[in-house]
Amino acid sequence: MKSESTLEKILRAGQFAFTGELGPPRGTSIAKVREKAKHLVGCVDAVNITDNQTAVVRMASWAASLIALQEGLEPNYQITCRDRNRLAIQADILGAYALGIRNILCLSGDHQQFGDHPQAKGVFDIDSIQLLAMVRAMRDDGKFQSGVDIDEPPKLFIGAAANPFAEPFEWRVHRLAKKVKAGADFIQTQCIYNMKKMREWVKQANDMGLTEQVYILAGITPMKSVGMARYMQTQVPGMDVPEDIIKRLKGVDKNKVGDEGIRIACEQIEEFKEMKGVAGIHLMAIEWEHKVPEIAERAGMLPRPKV
Amino acid sequence: MIVAERKPFEEIKSLLEPYQKVLTVGCGTCVAVCLAGGEKEVGILNAELKIARKLEGKPIETGAITVERQCDMEFLEELDSMVDQYDALLSMACGAGIQFLAERFPEKPVFPAVDTSFIGVNRDVGWYEEKCRACGSCVLGLTAGICPVTMCAKSLFNGPCGGTNKQSCEINVNQPCAWYRIHERLSKQGRLKNIMEIHPPNDWRNQAPRTIIQPGYEERLKAFNGK
Ligand code: SF4
Repeated sequence: MKSESTLEKILRAGQFAFTGELGPPRGTSIAKVREKAKHLVGCVDAVNITDNQTAVVRMASWAASLIALQEGLEPNYQITCRDRNRLAIQADILGAYALGIRNILCLSGDHQQFGDHPQAKGVFDIDSIQLLAMVRAMRDDGKFQSGVDIDEPPKLFIGAAANPFAEPFEWRVHRLAKKVKAGADFIQTQCIYNMKKMREWVKQANDMGLTEQVYILAGITPMKSVGMARYMQTQVPGMDVPEDIIKRLKGVDKNKVGDEGIRIACEQIEEFKEMKGVAGIHLMAIEWEHKVPEIAERAGMLPRPKV
Repeated sequence: MIVAERKPFEEIKSLLEPYQKVLTVGCGTCVAVCLAGGEKEVGILNAELKIARKLEGKPIETGAITVERQCDMEFLEELDSMVDQYDALLSMACGAGIQFLAERFPEKPVFPAVDTSFIGVNRDVGWYEEKCRACGSCVLGLTAGICPVTMCAKSLFNGPCGGTNKQSCEINVNQPCAWYRIHERLSKQGRLKNIMEIHPPNDWRNQAPRTIIQPGYEERLKAFNGK
């Protein structure tokens, strides 16, 4: 074991992992975090706590992570390079670990232009791959990025994101390889709708021996409506939503679209359970946290293993 | 070259409000090429100022001169005999030129007439594009001659990121993804291995004012400091 994370234990035990997501509130309401957390307890092995997601200011991800921890969830603390330089990132990591956070997801971050403070100065002192290498060196070598020793290094389980679809496609597996080399223990992918491309990417990762070095959790977001599917297809950079998905959603009764979205997600999860090189699912039920127990149940992900 | 944009007229006008006699100083190098602060622009700005101030009943007297380069003391010398007649100086040079002008005439208020924007290229007449952020540790040899610090919206060193939108950057469909192009060009040159290795965190050398003394010129610094 590299860390003291439960997610790591589950993956090492060969269990098919299941992680969720929780977006902190745009204010100070602990109650709102607890309310969202309540739906996830017992359904997921760990929950990603987003960091100023889409560059919109929210409660700090370490703080919301600690609230989730109090609620009995294992947080996967997301940290981006957009808002902090290497000093601030390392300081936050020390504090987060000291207070019980055991998983971290290293991201570049959405560009500030998308958010509620488009005039902000983006930091981008380091990028996500450099961040991974930094966290790994903090843990394994007990060194800060500067090379100076850390007194009681943070033993974190280190995650990274991957987009199997963005152009150039042939680069995607090499970027994955870079992330593995930098220090990623697990990967959570972008929401997957194009299964054909996903199969191809996983196969490439298998062929390169990457899936023996890293746990890949396939990203799933059930479509709530046709509008959402269209929006994801046309407005979200790096997203690949095939027309088939939209056709299927359109083909059912208006009040059954959400249900059909969940059905598609469950079919995907079934396929991933059998897919060599995929170690689990990362469910991003955006503002749909209360549906997670139902989705977990229907996808046959319950009960969660105890390790 | 350094590319600048003239400030909005109202802003310039309000900067000069308390002054009656102003010398507008153009620069004949970068800002002249990018049509922001050369001789012609000095003339236009002065004419605008005169008309506007006259209409307000607070006429202004303006002088005009365009020096070869404001970032060179040698060329500022020719102003020595003129500035006494003016209450303020309005510089149309880049930020470097403005500061050198202010240093030369520390008694005079100096105002900027342009916003210095970037180090860039002349794509066509009147059309300029940013290309360099002067980070101080150039990686263009690795990245196929495309700067990731400047051209990638997140200054990534290990791209392309997951936001690449077809061939555009995630921030804007009209902004090409720098890393898509780096990948494409390296791939055509058979040099993709350049970006397979992890590029370590950059040594940001543009975080404090820098001075460069070329080898062989150290004596000059000593003489300057001795003064
Ligand atoms: S899409 Fe391309 S240019 Fe834009 S941030 Fe990502 S790598 Fe950089």
